Amino acid sequence: MTGLTELTLARARDGLRQKEFSAVELAHAHIAAIEKARALNAFIIETPEKALAMARQSDARIGKRDAGPLEGIPLGIKDLYCTEGVQTTAGSHILEGFVPPYESTVTANLWRDGAVMLGKLNLDEFAMGSSNETSYFGPVISPWRRRGSNTPLVPGGSSGGSAAAVAARLCLGATATDTGGSIRQPAAFTGTAGIKPTYGRCSRFGIVAFASSLDQAGPIARTVRDAAILLRSMAGHDPKDTTSVDVPVPDFEAAVERGIRGLKIGIPKEYRRDGMPSEIETLWAQGIEWVKAAGAAIADISLPHTRYALPAYYIVAPAEASSNLARYDGVRYGLRVPGKDIADMYERTRAAGFGKEVRRRIMIGTYVLSAGYYDAYYVRAQKIRTLIKRDFETAFSSGIDAILTPATPSAAFGLGEKGSADPVEMYLNDIFTVTVNMAGLPGIAVPAGISTEGLPLGLQVIGRAFDEETLFSVARVIEQSAPRIAPPEKWWA
Amino acid sequence: MSVDSATVRRIAHLARIKVVEADVPHLQNELNAILAFVEELGTVDVEGVEPMTSVMPMPMKKRADVVTDGAIAEKIVVNAPVSDDHFFVVPKVVE
Repeated sequence: MTGLTELTLARARDGLRQKEFSAVELAHAHIAAIEKARALNAFIIETPEKALAMARQSDARIGKRDAGPLEGIPLGIKDLYCTEGVQTTAGSHILEGFVPPYESTVTANLWRDGAVMLGKLNLDEFAMGSSNETSYFGPVISPWRRRGSNTPLVPGGSSGGSAAAVAARLCLGATATDTGGSIRQPAAFTGTAGIKPTYGRCSRFGIVAFASSLDQAGPIARTVRDAAILLRSMAGHDPKDTTSVDVPVPDFEAAVERGIRGLKIGIPKEYRRDGMPSEIETLWAQGIEWVKAAGAAIADISLPHTRYALPAYYIVAPAEASSNLARYDGVRYGLRVPGKDIADMYERTRAAGFGKEVRRRIMIGTYVLSAGYYDAYYVRAQKIRTLIKRDFETAFSSGIDAILTPATPSAAFGLGEKGSADPVEMYLNDIFTVTVNMAGLPGIAVPAGISTEGLPLGLQVIGRAFDEETLFSVARVIEQSAPRIAPPEKWWA
Repeated sequence: MSVDSATVRRIAHLARIKVVEADVPHLQNELNAILAFVEELGTVDVEGVEPMTSVMPMPMKKRADVVTDGAIAEKIVVNAPVSDDHFFVVPKVVE
């Protein structure tokens, strides 16, 4: 039954409950789709046996009318989430062969609710990248191509495997993580919906750390509703993560269709960049018209420190990364390269185990934290972070309910097209998303149109802390108002 | 601010990453490109602004001071490149 991979997660959930098909049939359909799609390199490892075993258990629970909220739903898991007994690499050679003896809290929540694991999804090494080209296991190829062209395109990053797998119908949804845009940018590049929830909404326990004050887990799915369903299962307080916040998890799905009449949507003038492609301008203008037509009021707002968010991020994130990645030393797990003494072993192990981008970021982080530079760089960047957060607080306290912006400055680009000479060229991809991480706020990317070259484009909605419900309702209006985006042609199958 | 080649070697050593001499010039260029990119932060007026320490300010939750885990030495060393009798093995550090 190939049609099963075309279902939305919500539709598959309802079909399973009504026994139109079994969880095993649904798993088989996805396993077959994954086998045919190896050209995309979306999975680092496939776990078909595990998927079928979990699906059989789901069928048994459905038979006993004991189905969980995600019973029998096949998902892909970003290979940054530790999965007990299943290799977890973070896309890095240094963790190749690492098999965690424990499960991340977010994935444990998904299995508790009945979901089925299809495998571990490719990503930029340690989630450091915006194109999935820094993975030790090779780049992910986007299922999308420019109209009339065979040029391989990037799916975005760092959750490139997650976005590609969802767009190519290899899974009904996927876990992802977002430190500076790693859920929203790949979602925008692949015509999928991805939400970075409020910092603290999901537990970070068992997710390989990149920049702890910015990292947050979230889903990528084919529709806004599907993303809402997944987030409800993923979220929740966890005593194992002191930064996870103990607040109730709302029924996000119930908020999807609640409408936006009477809401006030802010349009920040600082997101209108010089040299922004006109099709991004047009998309944004259309989005404004759609939310207006749905009964929301529009207000021009100012977030004056926006332009400093990306440079400040490239101090804070590498600083935290240099500290977090100190643990990879060839002693407790992962790669070890012998040396003439212990320091030499550390240095050889880390030189061989980390890729170019990761080494570069560790070095920048080490530099900005080093004696004599700490105040000039790190402390200053954290002060600017306070100012960025204050900008958002000012906007929200003036009565703004949500903020509408483009998700990315362009559509997807080709493999090898960006960042080879100057790393900053790649970093600029996150210009519209990174502010949200700096302020800890929720942000959602939703498909909103197609570029002149035939590629998906997304809009972003930013909300108040812990008000993901408003984001889902605004994103749903955009999804509903946008012209239907046909799935990519299956050139790989 | 920019870094010279000696600084590149010093940072690499602090970061415990071996850098071969041939890689120093392009690493220096890349690090300087990033430092040039963050240069404009110097123009922001941060007088009297508190540096952010917690993005979602909240009292830290404390759990009861009880043992909740343990007796899993086998699991802890299972991924070690070299281990012996539940110990991680490293090159000799004390003569």
